[in-house]
Amino acid sequence: MSTSPLHDLDQKVSELLAAISEIDSLDALREAEPGTIGKRSILSTLQKSLGALAPEDRSDAGARLQSARRDVENAFEARREELASVARLHSLEQDRLELGDVVVDNVRFPATTGHPGIIAVTQSQLEDVFVAMGFTVSEGPEVESDWYNFEALNMPPAHPARGMWDTFYVDLGDPETVVLRTHTSPTQIHLMEEAVRSESLPLHAVMPGRCFRRDAPDSRHLATFHQIEGLVVDRGIGFSDLAGVIETFTRSYFGPDITSRLRPAFFPFTEPSAEFEITCTICKGSGCRTCSQTGWIELGGCGVVDPAVLHAVGIDADEWGGFAFGFGIDRCAQMRHQIADMRALIENDVRFLEQFS
Amino acid sequence: MRIPLSWLRDFVELHESVAELTEILDDLGLVVEGVETVGEGLEDVVVARVDEIRAIEGADRVRLVVVEAGDGPLEIVCGATNFSVGNYVPLAPVGAILPGGFEIAERKMRGATSHGMLCSARELRLSDDHEGLMILDDLATPIVGQGLVEALSINVDVVFDISVEGNRPDAWSVEGVARDLATRLGRRLKSPATVSPTSPALSSEFASTGIDAPDLCGRLTVSVLRKVRVQPSPAWIAERLRNAGMRPISNVVDASNYVMLELGQPTHPYDARHVANRTLRARRAREGEVLTTLDGIERHLALPGRGLGDTGDDCVIVDGDDAVLGLAGIMGGSSSEISDATTDVLLEAAFFEPMSIARSSKRHGLRSEASNRFERGVDPQLALRAVARFVALLLESVPDLEWLSEPLDEHGIVPDVTDVELRPGDVQRVLGVAISNDEIQRLLEGLNFRVEERDDTIVVTPPSARLDVRAGAMGRADVIEEIARLHSYRRLPRRVPSWPQPGALSDRQVLRRRLRSVIVDLGGVEVWTPTLVSDALFDLAHPGAPRVRVTNPLAADESVLRATMVTGSVQAWAKNVERGTGDVVVAEFGTVFVHPDAIDDPRITKGGDGGGMVLNLPKESERVSVLLGRREDSAVSAVAFWAVLGERLGLADVVIRKDENPERFMHPTRAGVLIDRATGAVFGRVGELDQAFVAQLAPSLDGRRVGVLDLDVDYLADRTLVVRRSDFVTVPSRYPSALFDLAFVTPATVHAQDLAFALRTSSDLVEEVRLFDVYRGAGLPEGTRSLAYAVRASSEERTLSETEVATLRDELIAVGAHLGARLR
Repeated sequence: MSTSPLHDLDQKVSELLAAISEIDSLDALREAEPGTIGKRSILSTLQKSLGALAPEDRSDAGARLQSARRDVENAFEARREELASVARLHSLEQDRLELGDVVVDNVRFPATTGHPGIIAVTQSQLEDVFVAMGFTVSEGPEVESDWYNFEALNMPPAHPARGMWDTFYVDLGDPETVVLRTHTSPTQIHLMEEAVRSESLPLHAVMPGRCFRRDAPDSRHLATFHQIEGLVVDRGIGFSDLAGVIETFTRSYFGPDITSRLRPAFFPFTEPSAEFEITCTICKGSGCRTCSQTGWIELGGCGVVDPAVLHAVGIDADEWGGFAFGFGIDRCAQMRHQIADMRALIENDVRFLEQFS
Repeated sequence: MRIPLSWLRDFVELHESVAELTEILDDLGLVVEGVETVGEGLEDVVVARVDEIRAIEGADRVRLVVVEAGDGPLEIVCGATNFSVGNYVPLAPVGAILPGGFEIAERKMRGATSHGMLCSARELRLSDDHEGLMILDDLATPIVGQGLVEALSINVDVVFDISVEGNRPDAWSVEGVARDLATRLGRRLKSPATVSPTSPALSSEFASTGIDAPDLCGRLTVSVLRKVRVQPSPAWIAERLRNAGMRPISNVVDASNYVMLELGQPTHPYDARHVANRTLRARRAREGEVLTTLDGIERHLALPGRGLGDTGDDCVIVDGDDAVLGLAGIMGGSSSEISDATTDVLLEAAFFEPMSIARSSKRHGLRSEASNRFERGVDPQLALRAVARFVALLLESVPDLEWLSEPLDEHGIVPDVTDVELRPGDVQRVLGVAISNDEIQRLLEGLNFRVEERDDTIVVTPPSARLDVRAGAMGRADVIEEIARLHSYRRLPRRVPSWPQPGALSDRQVLRRRLRSVIVDLGGVEVWTPTLVSDALFDLAHPGAPRVRVTNPLAADESVLRATMVTGSVQAWAKNVERGTGDVVVAEFGTVFVHPDAIDDPRITKGGDGGGMVLNLPKESERVSVLLGRREDSAVSAVAFWAVLGERLGLADVVIRKDENPERFMHPTRAGVLIDRATGAVFGRVGELDQAFVAQLAPSLDGRRVGVLDLDVDYLADRTLVVRRSDFVTVPSRYPSALFDLAFVTPATVHAQDLAFALRTSSDLVEEVRLFDVYRGAGLPEGTRSLAYAVRASSEERTLSETEVATLRDELIAVGAHLGARLR
């Protein structure tokens, strides 16, 4: 009986493993690859010799050889990873920079300027108009409980008006208790609660911010968008003050030849409620395609704060009155800059962005 | 809601132009979204009979149809397939001009010649129906060649498409719109014709009813109609329905739809043969019950839904065997549907609790014309008036119809209507103008409110239809809105209020604007990347970390709230590099989120039904991330960028330290943190992106250095965490400054900024210390480097003498030595 070709397999494997552990660089590893696990390796030679075995011994020997090959290959790959990691550490070490040692005076920047985002610019312009009218500017969180986003705004669970907003629900707490805010109005509630707590009524604030609606984006809408909301809670404040503020804002932001008008609408958190329209900024009121020949375009919603909302935050509706309004910052930007497709705002194409200053 | 002008005119005299009416409706809050003229320009269209349909060789979308329209066979090429030989259809012959000005000419298609056009209802502007040709088989006696106008008794009409707000259930009908118009215009509102029961037989001898869930069903009336013959409706009813956007089906179904459109009351006719014991009851569905609704979908009833507080209540209508016939107020089942063979009809007209209808409709994803009305609130008193109108309509096609006496009428719980008191000054306080009591009375009575003056208070009783009018202060607001609306918002005065409190930006907003302005001046192009990112993108920076997830994302790769903006900014920048516009600095301001379970200080807020639950919400931080992606950029330019920015923010003393625990996107040996030396607050990171990380997001950018600056705006805005320089300034000395350089050989453990700080603060004479050179290598011991500083010094009192400068120099060398640096 002849000696099996695998009689010294274990020894050969140990030799290979030892050789692998000796390899000390990725270059050396690459060179050693054919001779260790490739076609020129001893394992491949042994593989060929299996053909000489009696058929009954062949499968057993094959399995042994397979297992040996796996061990060697694993060791080889492990070594490769080790060496790569060492090489990365080495190159990172070579690349080390003591940031505190940077000589700032020696750095020269190109003589070009950047460009602010159009939403930020628009938001600042709007804020400035309202600050000049006596408003402060407040902000609130983007994740809200359903209480702030809906119920305190006079929309109890299952209220059909909740369907006016396509809501993203956040996977926290009980189902549908946490949402991405669908409007900036929850910030009103936070502000009023704080004012009640600190006994600091009256309130005159605008609240800009990012909102979310589960609505497939198109040329006029994005699922993520920005609103600015206004709230006044004071004594002796009513609908005519609201109409006056809207008109002053309209002329101040859009220009003296643009005016506003209100028409009845429904929002759960205001009563009376109104939609406010402004003179079409394209045709200046003479009628065009943008305004469907009416001369007017819708900008936002507004109204006298519903007593239910005041009640929810503990404000006496007999002593205090107030009004609220809200509209899209993105929409103002779209109108002012004639942005044909709102999706350009999230494309971040520098050729688009560099048009703003 | 589509409302034909002719229908409105049944209720109120209107001689205004369409444009004037549109303006008035808009101003009433009944927003006109479109105006359409129907039935116009159809003089050339005739009735034709389909005699033959042939395939056209090589065409699979069109067929050749041979029709007879009185002058012998005509060959027409037609793309519709909803008809067969023997049907009657409208034909626009060659030379006809369709509404909208489209002129029919002979056309050759696929080798065949078309001598006219067969039309859909939409092509004729008779309705929105474009599901194929309009089929005219319902005509009592179709006559080929007869003008369509004559055959269908078509009248020219104007249709307003009106959008009715959610708090005006009373206006969601022709009568409701007409009532608003009549009140605004000061005209009389007419009532439509109704009838009384036509048969002395008692309803209770034929049918029975009951309410087992009085909280879900506030009223259930069942009327019995006998000797019904199901057939097409009279032409004028069919025309009205078409103009209102509904397809005529049969006289019974059409009467039900007509009444719903006209008065706002949904009704449901059942074929009495298929209602066991001719009994209709309303009860709560039981778990395990299944109903196949008319749309063919199996509905599993009484299963609690996902909605907050949704207990799974479904109200169902059952028969005498307790078998479920329909989902009450939403949709019926097919078992008891009206068919051509129906002769006895049980007509249900009911009131269902609006909120439970809303929940059921949402839970089953099933909305219908009926559920839309019930969930807003149908007038609980309307049911039998609607039935009386229904019967009047049905009598037109079935003159010997029998309506049995004393319709069954069961009551459950109906929401209370409460009186609302308007105190003197209430209206003026809210609207800013006084409106006379007479005018208030006229306006409100026009809407069926009862108005009574008691002393100086006006007591207003809303009609049963106005379920939206609440009690107390809220009811006052509701009533005042109605007064304002009918009076016209445009007639209310405008007043610009003022108050003593000044307007202002917050400290944070001022800081943010400053940040933005400097970043832009330094080359930053502001981007806006998604707040919602993919799991894969999240894992790139924070593998395996808890994440805040959206349960109903629009797309799977927009389902996780971002924990950093850097990844998004890299993507935005990389796309620009691909476009050849990537030689820029990109910057983004925005919010990042941390899962409440991952931190000790989640945001705690109230939520849940009634705000009674305490919720842990994600921690939100505002950050600004800047990527320096120009070709020459690296950690070095990022540090310089920060230096300018920090200076412009007026920060007192910030140092850059090695980041011992860098984020995965940071280059591990080029990562620094920004620390306020006084408070120890870590408020940002600066350095370079890890090239391996960049390569994962944009393989083509492997090897490119990208500087990064990532700041926590919350910290920056808090002066107790990041200290700003005092607003007080010093006037420089009038005496000349002395300038000298100091180069120290320093061990790696000494920070260049610390050494500069020590030198600057060691003596009142030192005005400024600036690092101007760093040298490593030949001539210096291993592990050390040379730091060269330019020092400027002066005295308030005199020009510094050479001796004094030399002394100062020695003092500064000693300061250096104290820190382990020796003069080179």
